[in-house]
Amino acid sequence: MKDRYKYALAILLMVAIFAIPFIVNPTAKFGGSDDAGAKAVLQTNPNYQPWVQPLWKPPPETESMLFALQAALGALIIGYFIGHERARQEFLKKMPKDGRGD
Amino acid sequence: MHIMEGYLPAFWCVVWYLASLPFVAYGAWQVSKIFREHPEQKIIMAVSGAFIFVLSSLKLPSVFGSSSHPTGTGLSAMLFGFSVTSVLATIVLVFQALLLVHGGITTLGADVFSMGIVGPFVGYYIFKLLRKFGIALPLTAFVAAVLADWATYLTTSLQLALAVPGGNVETLFIYFGGIFALTQIPIAIGEGILIWMFFDFLLKSRPKLLKQLLGEKQNSTEASA
Repeated sequence: MKDRYKYALAILLMVAIFAIPFIVNPTAKFGGSDDAGAKAVLQTNPNYQPWVQPLWKPPPETESMLFALQAALGALIIGYFIGHERARQEFLKKMPKDGRGD
Repeated sequence: MHIMEGYLPAFWCVVWYLASLPFVAYGAWQVSKIFREHPEQKIIMAVSGAFIFVLSSLKLPSVFGSSSHPTGTGLSAMLFGFSVTSVLATIVLVFQALLLVHGGITTLGADVFSMGIVGPFVGYYIFKLLRKFGIALPLTAFVAAVLADWATYLTTSLQLALAVPGGNVETLFIYFGGIFALTQIPIAIGEGILIWMFFDFLLKSRPKLLKQLLGEKQNSTEASA
């Protein structure tokens, strides 16, 4: 199978995995398992007092901005690498065979 | 993976810090060695770290009606081993603990242990094991990435179960596992598909460098398959 079809299929599959939850479970709240875990700690041990508070709590808007920034930084590096590799392959095609590195 | 700030008692805070420290220290030494001796591997390490950055920032919905973060550690674990991965994971977890109220400084040791060490450890050895049985590269990468993600959340479940004083660890492990490990199943599979895609790309683009990183001999038929 050609790569582009293979990758397209893989992407479709990924989209399906993360879209199906909304179809089979339309009324769910999709709360984070992190928060559910913290609640569960208090349920199993009602006397437990979290003994440290986070140093700084960003406002919700800032929090989503920082999450986006984190993803953007990572995506930037991955995108740079993929572009770099494609250009490198084009370049190598035009070079004599014995001059190839890896 | 994040246990919220203050949700692990001081005793366990210290235990997990001590457990993680040797791995992160050894990993930091390995990173500087790779930078010195194999500068050509730097870019691949940056990309492996970038996958952890992107994936651990996403909160993905799961069929079970909850959401969770993938870990993204599988790629780095396969290519650089679990010590280097623990360094990359620590960078991400510190960022999230200080700026995003995800995880915390008192729970950092535990979070690094689950996401940076146990998950990548499982991914690394599953990968080696499957390679020994001669299973093709992109497929082994998929399985290893899925299990690295899942093992991380199993570890978290165990960490929380252990921290409840006087509780039955087995029952509590199943209880916390029901929250974390269950949610994580479809998310780990989705993450595995992404890592599989990138591994496939890397195999075609840099077969020699990839084999060098994996410590395997060049096999030209596999690169073209």
